Amino acid sequence: MIGDKLSISTAPFLKDDDSTPKIMFLVVYTLMPVVAVSFYFFGLAAILVTITSVFSCMFTEWVFNTSGDRSRSLKDGSGLITGLLLALTLPPGFPLWMVFLGGVVAIGMGKVIWGGLGQNVFNPALLGRAFLQAAFPTAITTWSPPDGRFFGLRGTNLAMPMMQGKNIDGATGATPLAKMKFEQVGTDTMDLLLGNTGGSLGETCGILLILAGIFLLVRKIINWRIPLSIVLTVSIFSGIFWMIDPARYPSPVFMILSGGMLLGTVYMATDLVTSPLTPKGCWVFGIGIGLLIVLIRNWGGLPEGVMYAILLMNAATPLINKYTKIRTYGHEKAK
Amino acid sequence: MLDKKLTFKHGVHPREFKSLSDHCSIERMPFVEEYTLPLSQHIGAPSKAIVVKGQQVKRGQKIADAGGFISVALHSPVDGTVSDIDIFPHPNGKVLPAIKIKCDPFSPQIRESSPIDFEQMDTKSFISSIQDAGIVGLGGAAFPAHVKFKIPEDKKCRYIMLNGCECEPFLTADHRVMVEHAKEVIDGIGILNRFVGAEKAYIGIEANKPDAIEILAEEAKKSDFPVEVVPLKVKYPQGAEKMMITAILGKEVPSGKLPLDLGVLVSNVGTIACLSDYYRKGKPLTERVVTVTGTAIKRPGNVLVPIGTPMRDVIELCGGITQDAVRILLGGPMMGVVQKSIDTPVVKGTSGILVLTNNEVKDLDQYSCIRCSRCVDACPIFLNPSMMGLLAKKGLWDEMMDYNVMDCFECASCSFVCPSNIPLVQSFRVAKGMLREKWAREKEMEENA
Ligand code: SF4
Ligand code: SF4
Repeated sequence: MIGDKLSISTAPFLKDDDSTPKIMFLVVYTLMPVVAVSFYFFGLAAILVTITSVFSCMFTEWVFNTSGDRSRSLKDGSGLITGLLLALTLPPGFPLWMVFLGGVVAIGMGKVIWGGLGQNVFNPALLGRAFLQAAFPTAITTWSPPDGRFFGLRGTNLAMPMMQGKNIDGATGATPLAKMKFEQVGTDTMDLLLGNTGGSLGETCGILLILAGIFLLVRKIINWRIPLSIVLTVSIFSGIFWMIDPARYPSPVFMILSGGMLLGTVYMATDLVTSPLTPKGCWVFGIGIGLLIVLIRNWGGLPEGVMYAILLMNAATPLINKYTKIRTYGHEKAK
Repeated sequence: MLDKKLTFKHGVHPREFKSLSDHCSIERMPFVEEYTLPLSQHIGAPSKAIVVKGQQVKRGQKIADAGGFISVALHSPVDGTVSDIDIFPHPNGKVLPAIKIKCDPFSPQIRESSPIDFEQMDTKSFISSIQDAGIVGLGGAAFPAHVKFKIPEDKKCRYIMLNGCECEPFLTADHRVMVEHAKEVIDGIGILNRFVGAEKAYIGIEANKPDAIEILAEEAKKSDFPVEVVPLKVKYPQGAEKMMITAILGKEVPSGKLPLDLGVLVSNVGTIACLSDYYRKGKPLTERVVTVTGTAIKRPGNVLVPIGTPMRDVIELCGGITQDAVRILLGGPMMGVVQKSIDTPVVKGTSGILVLTNNEVKDLDQYSCIRCSRCVDACPIFLNPSMMGLLAKKGLWDEMMDYNVMDCFECASCSFVCPSNIPLVQSFRVAKGMLREKWAREKEMEENA
């Protein structure tokens, strides 16, 4: 239980340095550059969305936390991560009240009802985002490209509940993925890497996400098997179709650098709580996500498939854990 | 050449702390006033006292016989008088029968002993002579050595494997024994091999003891029996019997089987040196090297302590403890046993006396399991501590059997890495105890029915 003092009166008396709050805050720190870049590209709108999302997640965590010491669940930093991640999956012009609602659902439905940190099956941020997608399908696909105006609020940010947000500046643009899917127009790889494209807050600047991922891998915070298996699967699977018909199917490089692929691979698929425990399970999980991403993107009705791919494999995780038991030392087979 | 050290899979890397005492030569503990010699200092049946209160005893004289096959004899560490035979506090926390001997301050502390001629012995008398010398495994478990050395008819000992890993942080006793008594170690192998007839001997040593590796390799060259010194990667628990066998031979010991089923006889380096001491010099096991260390010990060192010496005196010899000492344990910090008092004696299984400060012993906040799988990646025998921890918390002991909880040898690697500070190994100890108790009850009911 969170909140119990552990008095170690039996061995071991040495402990590894990493504690759960430390791990969570390391993840938060690696997110900072990504957040900063979103502020740079999308200005005040991004700042408002991020603040609202974080506030809403932390607030919900605090309200619903019944385990006595309320500050403890805030201290572990996991709510902060959910808030930041949720913000990073939203378009900059997203109405703030919807952002708030998304945060409440992410923590409330994504975490609290399962029993809190460590008990949930779905990644909370993605669950919040899925809810918003279902509830507000138009608002969430209204993308604006970076326009260089820092204070240029997206008109829709301040829309009120029940009202149709009016797009004051009229600048909307399709994301690279939508362009590819619906117009068969590609986007320059360099633009994808540096973030000069339309998209959600954190889905645009590929290079930073790759660097953050490398840091988390080296620091052994995330399990290398998951990102590796996703990227490999997506490359191979989408590569096959690309080679068959390059005009119709996007290249593997585009696949990996566009949309929520990197954000999802580095931060969401690797969510410790909702990914499998066993090494073999991690491979199954990653390959499953990779296959689903390519399936949804190439043949589904949606341009983006990362979110659903991860949520679906989250649902399968308890089963994966069950069927990929580890063979114990000195035993012939796994039980 | 790629310098790739042999090792096992998984495991952890705790801070070593060995530099506190690894350079300290073994020093001899002066005699103290009174010794307490518990009759159970080994795994198995307690020894049977053969002296009476008031009797004079000589140093090295047998004062208790083995109490069965899995049991060993006990000898007086000093010249003196049996002052009491009663129950006294034992370092395992219980109060158990022991012989107290008052040291005679005037008699010369010279040992009367002469070599024992083992060349004429057959295997049977060799085995019983080891039992009579009171020799047990000095690595910590204190299992009677002769039981291990007795090769059953249907098994063959192909390799003798000496354990000089000493993977527990802080401990340096085996290290010093290897450096200072390399000759005895190699000689002991020769003696043992006369009776077990192995093809080859290995000495597994973690690479953080280069001096021991070098000296033993040098000494091994002089032996006419093939002895190979194998440097192993520094990783906890490299010194666990199974892990060392896997590192050196690349094979796993099947669950529920013994190393001997793979043709391997494993023994601690100090235990083997005892053989040389006994047969060449006639010295039974009456003293052992103990590492006295820890951040709260003023002058850490390695001390040759007569068995039965109160821990208090040994600690005093090492400068005493600092103000901020909070925990005293026997053994290393990973698997050691907490002591409530320092008035219990050093016994045959005491490899180290470790005194820690607040810096190591902290009250840690416990968080929920975040399924980070660090424990899974740490467990040297590929268990799933995370799942077992969740089941243990709910008291689902039987379900834990699906995860092979009984295979857990309590190395504590899982608890060491857990970022949520979940008492994993602690709860597995409880679970194993509960299951054993339950099975015993069920068996009893079956027998009564
Ligand atoms: S190390 Fe601790 S927190 Fe991580 S999976 Fe194991 S039990 Fe859970
Ligand atoms: S204590 Fe048991 S479960 Fe934990 S790492 Fe060691 S063997 Fe594995």
